[in-house]
Amino acid sequence: MAIEVLKPGLWTSIQDSGRMGFGNFGVPISGAMDKYAAAFANMLLGNFGKEAVMEITHLGPVLKFHEKTIAAISGLNADILLNGKKIPINESFQIEKGAVLSIERVSDGNWIYLAVFGGFQSEIIMDSRSMYDGITSQAKIKKGDFLKIRGFSGTKPEHYSIVRFQKRTYLSNRIKVFRGPEFSLLSKNNKNELFQKQFTISPDSSRMAYLLEEKVENNLQSILTGPVLPGTVELTPDGKLIILMRDAPVTGGYPRVLQVCEESLDVLAQKKTGEKIQFVLS
Amino acid sequence: MKPSNPQFISYGEYAILVQWEKIIDEKLLWFILAAKEKIKENKGKAIVEVIHTFNSLLVKYDEPIKNIYDEILMFSELFSSMDIPKNKPVKRFSLPVCYDEKFALDLKVFAREKKLCPEEIISLHSSKIYTLYFMGFLPGFLYLGTLPKSLRLPRKKQPRKRIEKGAVGIAENQTGIYPKSSPGGWQIIGNCPVDLFQPNYLPPSIFSPGDQIEFYPVSLEEHGFISEEVKKEKFQHRMEIIE
Repeated sequence: MAIEVLKPGLWTSIQDSGRMGFGNFGVPISGAMDKYAAAFANMLLGNFGKEAVMEITHLGPVLKFHEKTIAAISGLNADILLNGKKIPINESFQIEKGAVLSIERVSDGNWIYLAVFGGFQSEIIMDSRSMYDGITSQAKIKKGDFLKIRGFSGTKPEHYSIVRFQKRTYLSNRIKVFRGPEFSLLSKNNKNELFQKQFTISPDSSRMAYLLEEKVENNLQSILTGPVLPGTVELTPDGKLIILMRDAPVTGGYPRVLQVCEESLDVLAQKKTGEKIQFVLS
Repeated sequence: MKPSNPQFISYGEYAILVQWEKIIDEKLLWFILAAKEKIKENKGKAIVEVIHTFNSLLVKYDEPIKNIYDEILMFSELFSSMDIPKNKPVKRFSLPVCYDEKFALDLKVFAREKKLCPEEIISLHSSKIYTLYFMGFLPGFLYLGTLPKSLRLPRKKQPRKRIEKGAVGIAENQTGIYPKSSPGGWQIIGNCPVDLFQPNYLPPSIFSPGDQIEFYPVSLEEHGFISEEVKKEKFQHRMEIIE
């Protein structure tokens, strides 16, 4: 009842809707970077709830299925081969025992999601399967891993194929935000800059935070270490903007100038290095 | 005395930040912890988590907040009906710290800056009883306050790419221990061989906010010995209840 990892890909991990309720121990929420895409992959299979999915970025894994099942991959676009034959994204498909699924690369956006019938059955730590360094026994999948799944001998559900992945939302570079707790401390010029400038996604970005290239010179004081959330935009004393993502720490010491709205956080997650974004007050 | 009234700040669609004055103060901590309990007792279904820091509570909802004024009214009524929390017995943990050069990367420079000898810094750091305010930054990272005035030093200008697990650091008026290796900007003066965070246990940390923590210096040999004990899960914590 397993999938064998022949090649792990660049950074492939198991993610679910996140680890809630352990913030007081300093435990990040984690979970899928693009919640909509992850939920869509589950929905294509008729999976109940928010089953754990495989999150794949840039160069994907090569996986051998030792079990017959149904699966779906969702996201913006990717080159996917099932037994060497190209298959489309955002549709469910049948996998025979012994089949090899190879995700060559994520061609559009940063993250795609592989869902299997019933979800991945990886270890549950603090109520969640989301992989995170120092919490789950591994932070990403590695070559030779056997990932537990339930298997499914039935046929794939046809009635879910009529729903469409809402790709249009992702085309916009407008990121909807709210004012953050320290927004009011910004100078008028700083406020204007935040909403008039376009900002470029820096290559230093990760599941923890996306950094922006352009600086906003400011003279804000640092704050007493306080709570932060995924989507919080921090402004450092040397003018860097840091957008906290799903693996965000639970506290931070930089002024929290903006808060990205939940829906835009999925869109932002899919913006690649070098792409430009614009903040828009919600 | 009750702390002054907090500010209520809308923080995205799913959270409200309650913020008191910008101080690190034990009385404020006890009030915030009591306020947090009050919210948990009286919370509606939509509130999923409440986390706190030195001077803040963050109330998280699992659906967009419909009417923030209703929520704010509820919180301020709860807080005004609260008594000043009485002094409760607290747990006091003594944790071993090895201040040997091998671990104390910043001790020499620190001593020069403070015009103290390293022994004086060690003695100052290990003779104070600290309060655990909260855990944050990394899973199990303890925010301990407050440092004696003579030991206060800002974070390093250039954070280190990697700080070892157990590193004991100083930043401004706080001291803390890295529960796992990580990049970080605190001034490192020693290493604590004890596991601060065990993800496979519930709760994953034996500490709770309000606990007292003190450090006792150990030699390099003792540090090695304790590390072995910790590995074999044989290490016994030194803990007493303070009335």
